[in-house]
Amino acid sequence: MSEFQAEVDELAAPYAERRSAMLPALRLAQERHGGWLPREALEEVAEAIGVAPAQAEAVASFYDMFHLEPVGRHLVEVCTNLSCALLGAQQVLEAFEQELGVAPGETSADGEFTLRAIECAGGCGRAVVVSVDERYREPVRPEDVPAIVEELKRGD
Amino acid sequence: MGIEELTLAHADERDLTKLAEYQAVGGYKPLAKARKLKPEQVIEQLLASNLRGRGGAGFPMGRKASFLAKGTGKPTYLCVNADESEPGTFKDRDIMLRNPHRLIEGCLVTAHAIESQSVFIYLRGEYLDVFEVMRQALEDARKAKLLGDVTIVLHRGAGAYICGEESALLESLEGKRGQPRPRPPFPAVSGLYGSPTLINNVQTIATVPLIAEHGGEWYARIGPEPSPGTVVFSLSGNIERPGNYELELGTPLRELIYDIGGGIPGGRELKAIIPGGSSTTVMTPDLLDTPLDFNSVAESGSQLGAAAVIVIDDRACMVQLALRSTQFYMHESCGKCTPCREGTRWMTQLLEKLEDGRAEQGELDLLLSVCDRIIGKCLCALGDFAAGPVVEYVRAFREEFQRHVDEGGCPFGGESSLEGVFAPVEQHAHHPPAEAPA
Repeated sequence: MSEFQAEVDELAAPYAERRSAMLPALRLAQERHGGWLPREALEEVAEAIGVAPAQAEAVASFYDMFHLEPVGRHLVEVCTNLSCALLGAQQVLEAFEQELGVAPGETSADGEFTLRAIECAGGCGRAVVVSVDERYREPVRPEDVPAIVEELKRGD
Repeated sequence: MGIEELTLAHADERDLTKLAEYQAVGGYKPLAKARKLKPEQVIEQLLASNLRGRGGAGFPMGRKASFLAKGTGKPTYLCVNADESEPGTFKDRDIMLRNPHRLIEGCLVTAHAIESQSVFIYLRGEYLDVFEVMRQALEDARKAKLLGDVTIVLHRGAGAYICGEESALLESLEGKRGQPRPRPPFPAVSGLYGSPTLINNVQTIATVPLIAEHGGEWYARIGPEPSPGTVVFSLSGNIERPGNYELELGTPLRELIYDIGGGIPGGRELKAIIPGGSSTTVMTPDLLDTPLDFNSVAESGSQLGAAAVIVIDDRACMVQLALRSTQFYMHESCGKCTPCREGTRWMTQLLEKLEDGRAEQGELDLLLSVCDRIIGKCLCALGDFAAGPVVEYVRAFREEFQRHVDEGGCPFGGESSLEGVFAPVEQHAHHPPAEAPA
């Protein structure tokens, strides 16, 4: 039994049906494959859960947090839903576009950064919400953006 | 501000994420008290309290619990809906971050009431900080032997608004795409793994220990009779002091915005209020005296929803606001029902035409006609959530919408606070083409 299979066994233990471990297993596989799910990762998950690879892909493609294409080493996500939009989310997004040199949905040529706009992150009281590698920064103003990017480039 | 905070009580002065601190303010005593009662006695307390679900629908929790099928030979499950993702809502995150044991205790009291040994907390995937706090609190409760024979599993979602819909949540928990199920059967009869299942929102469950402690009748006396208790209002948008405020139901909208929220910043005028998250219909300033409880807001023509109050000042173009909202629902439609899948896209396209000045006379009525073809015609409420507010944006701001047609574009001339805001649906992830098998 592969190490991954054993880990999925552990993830599946609290559930009456093994398939319930699908999202946890996809999350684990994504962590192991540099933040995205290449074909072999989907096959690995499918085998560990006991479903066809197409079923693993069908699930992965449904959820925003699973990536079917490579993403940068850092994932920068800007909420542009109503409460953030009313307080300047577009200006924050544009500041990141300028600092990173990529459009929303794109990854920088050196593979360091992926920039995305996201829907309501649940931080509306401290808008604008920016999620950097799954950690919220809130509130973020356009003038905060250069320092955030500098910090990520320095790697601290 | 009337009654003191209930679900967030003591969270300002103490670090309630620590078990000892929570116990120091009486935490887990209600659980001990409830466990001395028979399950049906706890249900009676819940019924007497008239606690209404805080997830948006406002359905009485005790009645929902009493619908659970008995004697099926299958386990009964409790699922906590912690997939908070209604735009404008951030209360459950605060409750879990600041008072995680209150939710755990609520799970344990509720599990006792419905005779369940198995609880799942379906937590929004993006809430990594909440996951860490809840995981630690759960571990501490387990070590202190508070769980008894109950297991509580924290299950993280992975980014899908629709999974806050209860039957989609169950599908997702079973490891599938989060697409709603046809009902009947309702989850109370056939929910998780085909077993009887009770599903409630975080704040609803977090309120249960208070009812166990003080009794249902005590709770029923707080606030207005048809909607008793407190609710955590999430206040955001163009407001001086945004944040979460736990208040009695029935607090007037004016008091929340002006006395508590400090009014509109920068001397701007109040233009519109979305009272319960973006799925609820817009209110205009003439409705400021509406008491914020389920029935009064419904009488005013809107919905209390998740009590997420988004305040909008006079710089916002309402066509842009409707468009940005519709883009969200288009992005989040699960694709199962045609009226929602196609209708949300069609609404978006018509609103884009209006905003760009490409709309012809009659297309405003076409937009309303599209809404009419969505509302009430889908398996779940997402279609209604998308289209209902658009109908009201047009009705309440008809002149502004019409000017977009008559003047061939946006009368704000690029000066709206929502000008050009980019929506995630515009960055379609394209999937790599499938490779032929070798």
